[in-house]
Amino acid sequence: MSAAAEERNARAPWALTAPALMLFVGVLLIPLTMTVMLSFHDWGQYKGIEPVFILKNWKEIATDPYYAEMFWRTFRIAILTTLLTAVLGAPEAYILNRMSGRWKSFFLLVILGPLLISVVARTLGWALLFGGNNGLVNKLLMSLGAIRSPIPFMFTETGMVVALAHVMMPFMVLSVWAALQRLDPQIENAAMSLGAGPITIIRRIIMPQIMPGVLSGAIIVFSLSASAFATPAIIGGRRLKVAATLAYDEFLNTLNWPLGAAVATLLLVALVLIVVGSNALIERRYAEVFR
Amino acid sequence: MRRNGPLALIFHTVFVIVMVAPIVVVCLVAFTPEGFLSLPTNGVSLRWFRAIGNYPEFIHAFWVSLGLGALSSFVALLFAVPAALAIARYRFRGRDALAALFLSPLMIPHVVLGIAFLRFFTSAGLGGSFAALIIAHVIIVFPFALRLTLAAATGMDRTVEMAAVSLGAGGWTLFRRVTLPLILPGVISGWALAFIQSFDDLTMTVFLAAPGTETLPVRMFLYIQDNIDPLVTSVSACVIAVTMTALILLDRFYGLDRVLAGKGDAGR
Repeated sequence: MSAAAEERNARAPWALTAPALMLFVGVLLIPLTMTVMLSFHDWGQYKGIEPVFILKNWKEIATDPYYAEMFWRTFRIAILTTLLTAVLGAPEAYILNRMSGRWKSFFLLVILGPLLISVVARTLGWALLFGGNNGLVNKLLMSLGAIRSPIPFMFTETGMVVALAHVMMPFMVLSVWAALQRLDPQIENAAMSLGAGPITIIRRIIMPQIMPGVLSGAIIVFSLSASAFATPAIIGGRRLKVAATLAYDEFLNTLNWPLGAAVATLLLVALVLIVVGSNALIERRYAEVFR
Repeated sequence: MRRNGPLALIFHTVFVIVMVAPIVVVCLVAFTPEGFLSLPTNGVSLRWFRAIGNYPEFIHAFWVSLGLGALSSFVALLFAVPAALAIARYRFRGRDALAALFLSPLMIPHVVLGIAFLRFFTSAGLGGSFAALIIAHVIIVFPFALRLTLAAATGMDRTVEMAAVSLGAGGWTLFRRVTLPLILPGVISGWALAFIQSFDDLTMTVFLAAPGTETLPVRMFLYIQDNIDPLVTSVSACVIAVTMTALILLDRFYGLDRVLAGKGDAGR
């Protein structure tokens, strides 16, 4: 190859990626930087946004217990949602994986399909099912004798967790499913031939091997739940705020943009730290699985 | 491998019912003949589908969503196809960092993106405009367009290209007549998946849309905030139908399991 051709080769990838790179720097990195800067600006009811550098918004978030409570609620809902998807999604993925070919792909489609259906429509479905104290869910649970008096679902954290878990479930099933594909079915047979019962097999053979799948699914579900907007807004109503709905209120109702930007920045930083940190922990703990 | 026992099958049945229940309920309530939210126990009626016609906001929002999805996915591909070819074929410094940057919109919460774009476009004097919506949607659908194009470009047989070069093809001809047709299934599926993502986005768009540029999810969300009546269920049923159509197309062209498996990896 001539020197000129070699040089062209070295430039080619940059020429091909340059348009996308410029797009991302221009309309992603710059707006994100502007948002972080906005959180240090001042704001007043009458004067609007003042481009100065102050810590007012950050101090307000740090000292006012309203924000601590709101962030704690956000993460509590995200944690409960993650646990619920893990406890139900992992067994379901295992059951799916043991089905025969056609049923397997049919049910995989049924469970993963909702991932692409509008979140507003799915949450509306839950709002209809919950529907006050005599909603379908309560009627069913009471006729089964599972509960004596109706559980309030609308405008409560319980309802938010149930609806969010439904919205996030496909991510968990998918993640555990991917881990199961790497599992050698012969190991299960070997354990059985050595006299292990079904519970021992699940506890000692299956669980340790699908754990990385459960954990990486948990990271996806947690970060998406903690920043969810549509479901908390529709099920939680106007009073039960989480980080995303609070930021929305500050931006579009109160118009205190700097404070809203501070809430959003804090959410972003907290999520990045949690996701990167737990990813590193999982990869170290399960290094042999990720080889 | 062992088969599922009866307990496992009961669990599975309940699980599947719970997964589809909210979607089925929305579609059923849409056919109610009553004037309030109820399951259509006394016959079915299309009155709430006809009622959509009396709300031009929904019709307008539908066209905005459709145009926005189609256009932003197309523009995203104009940027994503060359980037995918570069990432698939060359080993260069900064390649991994570039790929991470291009996939980063998947990891940034959409509420943060919405705020960032609102601030940015308002300062740029484009607040609430359709152009701002297009640019913002190009960014959020880019990872999906890139991912499927990248998969197609990586799996492509390079010998056909070499044959074309040996016959004197080069540059644009080579891309248009050889490379593009070979990666086309990936590009079309990338477009379809990007379209679905754009068509469904609420969290980011709700910050950017103004009266006149409201998308269907935004219009539905604002409507639900005020009250929930059968009208919004019939609109939802239409949205579900559009998504299902796109899903079936995607399945035919590419295989839904491959699309979704790629998506699951996205959060890692």
